[in-house]
Amino acid sequence: MYSFDMTSEQKMLVDTVRRYAEKNLRAVHREAEESKHVPEKVVQTGWELGLLPGFIDAQYGGYGEYSALTSALYLEEMAWGDLGVTLHLLTPNLFAIPIAQFGSDKQKEQYLSLFCNDSFPRATAAMIEPVVQFDPAELQTTAVKEGDNFVINGKKTYVPLARQAELFLVYAQESGTTQAYIVPADTQGVKVGKRIKLMGVQALEMYEVEFENVVVPKGNRLGGLKGIRIQKLLTLSRITLAALAVGVARAAYEYALAYAKERVAFGEPIAHRQSIAFMLANMRIEIEGTRLMVWEAAYKFDTGEDAAKAAYLAKNYADKMVLDVTDGAVQVLGGHGYIREHPVELWLRNGRGFVTLDGAVVA
Amino acid sequence: MAIEFKTPEVIEKQLRNVQIVAEHAMRPDSRRLDDNEHERPWRYINMMLPQMQELERANIAAAKARAAKKKEAAMAVKSNGHHGGVAVLDAPPPAEEAVSEPKESIANMTLVHMIEMLSWGDAGIYLCIPGGALGGAAIQAVGTPEQIERFLTRYTEGPPKWGAMAMTEPQAGSDTGNIQTTATFDPATNEWVLNGQKIFCTNGKLALEESDGMVVVWATVDKKAGRAGMKPFVVEAGTPGVIVAKVEEKLGIRASDTATIIFDNARIPADNILGDPEVQSGPGNKGFKGAMKTFDSTRPIVAASAIGIGRAAFEFTRDTLAKEGVKMEYGKPRWKLSAVQADLLEMEAQLRAAWLLTLKATALLDARQENKLESSMAKAKAGRAVTMITQKAVELLGPLGYSTEFLVEKWMRDAKINDIYEGTGQINTLIVAREILGYTRNELK
Repeated sequence: MYSFDMTSEQKMLVDTVRRYAEKNLRAVHREAEESKHVPEKVVQTGWELGLLPGFIDAQYGGYGEYSALTSALYLEEMAWGDLGVTLHLLTPNLFAIPIAQFGSDKQKEQYLSLFCNDSFPRATAAMIEPVVQFDPAELQTTAVKEGDNFVINGKKTYVPLARQAELFLVYAQESGTTQAYIVPADTQGVKVGKRIKLMGVQALEMYEVEFENVVVPKGNRLGGLKGIRIQKLLTLSRITLAALAVGVARAAYEYALAYAKERVAFGEPIAHRQSIAFMLANMRIEIEGTRLMVWEAAYKFDTGEDAAKAAYLAKNYADKMVLDVTDGAVQVLGGHGYIREHPVELWLRNGRGFVTLDGAVVA
Repeated sequence: MAIEFKTPEVIEKQLRNVQIVAEHAMRPDSRRLDDNEHERPWRYINMMLPQMQELERANIAAAKARAAKKKEAAMAVKSNGHHGGVAVLDAPPPAEEAVSEPKESIANMTLVHMIEMLSWGDAGIYLCIPGGALGGAAIQAVGTPEQIERFLTRYTEGPPKWGAMAMTEPQAGSDTGNIQTTATFDPATNEWVLNGQKIFCTNGKLALEESDGMVVVWATVDKKAGRAGMKPFVVEAGTPGVIVAKVEEKLGIRASDTATIIFDNARIPADNILGDPEVQSGPGNKGFKGAMKTFDSTRPIVAASAIGIGRAAFEFTRDTLAKEGVKMEYGKPRWKLSAVQADLLEMEAQLRAAWLLTLKATALLDARQENKLESSMAKAKAGRAVTMITQKAVELLGPLGYSTEFLVEKWMRDAKINDIYEGTGQINTLIVAREILGYTRNELK
């Protein structure tokens, strides 16, 4: 059937994450953005929610199984709190989720337990490259098999928390397909470069990383001989990012709505005018429509149906929607929306990032 | 409960049958009926008649049972008001009247799927479906067992007959509270006397002149009482003083008749009024609110119809372009898509967003939950999205799109009505705005 009610477990989880987002993420969002630093305490409290272990099988130390839908539900709440801090918190997922999805039994055994401990794991992934027309399916970084090893060469950027990472998952082109390789940070030839500066999500530390003749044993190829299916990874990434986009959009919409009811002009709240009220109505419609597309894609992923198209449609739709909505929120606030005292300008900057991050975030 | 996106097998099965109707009794006649505006889609009507009569029999039996129960209970608790139940194929009972209905009904979910497919076939022809339609639904929802028997039995037997609803007037469109048609009670003959003019009545001519049907007419029994004075009356075919003055010539959905009806001292029996004849204002004013409430169940239906047209246009455009070598490539970064591919992607995503909003509004309706916000969101979105999609389809197909050799230009004309009737895009956006802001109609005009 078509049903739109969360399970009671999902409701509880979403409630918990919403409270966390409100008390922690929303509370620090401006300070984190301006100082370009995520407070340690927020990371620790966030990690203690146990969201990632909830997606890892008990045999590896977790207590649940992966659900793209459950993930989408709470990602919306986290992004509603703050996108930059959320992406920091999700960085271990970029390593762990692909391992759980594609990893060989041996790889799962070796790595997944690292994500079921009390401390925030130091693992990340390197996907995006500093080129125009970047395409995760046609990477410039290469992995070449030499004997029992792979040799990786290439430049990556947008690698979150690379400076403190102990493990990288590096995406590279191997004979025309995209594959992933587990690369310990201390491997010779791994060079973490400068921190990059972006238009938004400035709380998140992201780096350039160069891989120069980096040699890893063939056992470090994700999924062993089977490898990975990049389109499946992209599907997950699209669901993740679209869910986050819904959260950012909802934050902006709610803020603009509350503002429009309070802000008085010409003797009455500006929300009394159709020109403002209709903008808000359309924001609501678009957010809801996008959310349902995300849920549908996630549902299909979880039930093993082909979710690629649904996720692609949802992500593309969300990319536009989040820009329209966050831009609309700035517009509703007028001059005040342009001032950094209000968060809407930050949400607009963050909203712009989704189209760029395709493939780089999986959670 | 859990979140789920799966078309039930039973609906899938019915859809396959409806698709056969769409392909064999609608598409082949689309162009001809668009060219010959007031010709009837007999192939479709005859094909649908047996199953519609069967459906009406089931609906009437259920409505009678509900009405009888309600009558029993009416002494104790006054029923919670009129519900026009203005569904087009199959009227679902509203929450408070759903005495014996199972909780997990899929009546509306089935309906929106069928209508999406029929409209994929042809949105104008679809509207000529025989049966009580909007009028029948209103009677099923609020009629007494006697009224249900007297007015609706005709739809279960014999030649095809139609029903209709007459609300809009020349000076009362979106502003339904402003209707001027009057109903005056004449105690001497125990009759209501109707005077006024109704326009844009879908199937009005079919119901009153071309079959032994009936129309549910909204009229005021007390102009001073405003909305509280508005009541629905059943006017049967053959009533003296009822004149079908005109059938509109339209931009699209030309197969559907859109009638102007004049009531010139039209006399109808006293018990042709639906619901309580007393004028009540405030919370007791069930008449007008009942009429507005019906939109919560009809807006998803109109949205579904819009989406059916949109899907037809999208699929035709996609397939035609694919034959020319322009294939959609799902999965590529957007900056690697051609402009035409990007347009196709946008069309498909818009269609999906609108459809999912429609399904959510419908699921709430089936679950007997409040869906005013959701049904207006779905309708506003679908009307707008499908207007864009069909216009884009004409554009992308170039000279073929604009040509009457294909149906795309017709679909663009057909689609537009969905952004207008059952509440214009603006009215539905206004409803959404009031709902999210918690504003009354005085705070947000």
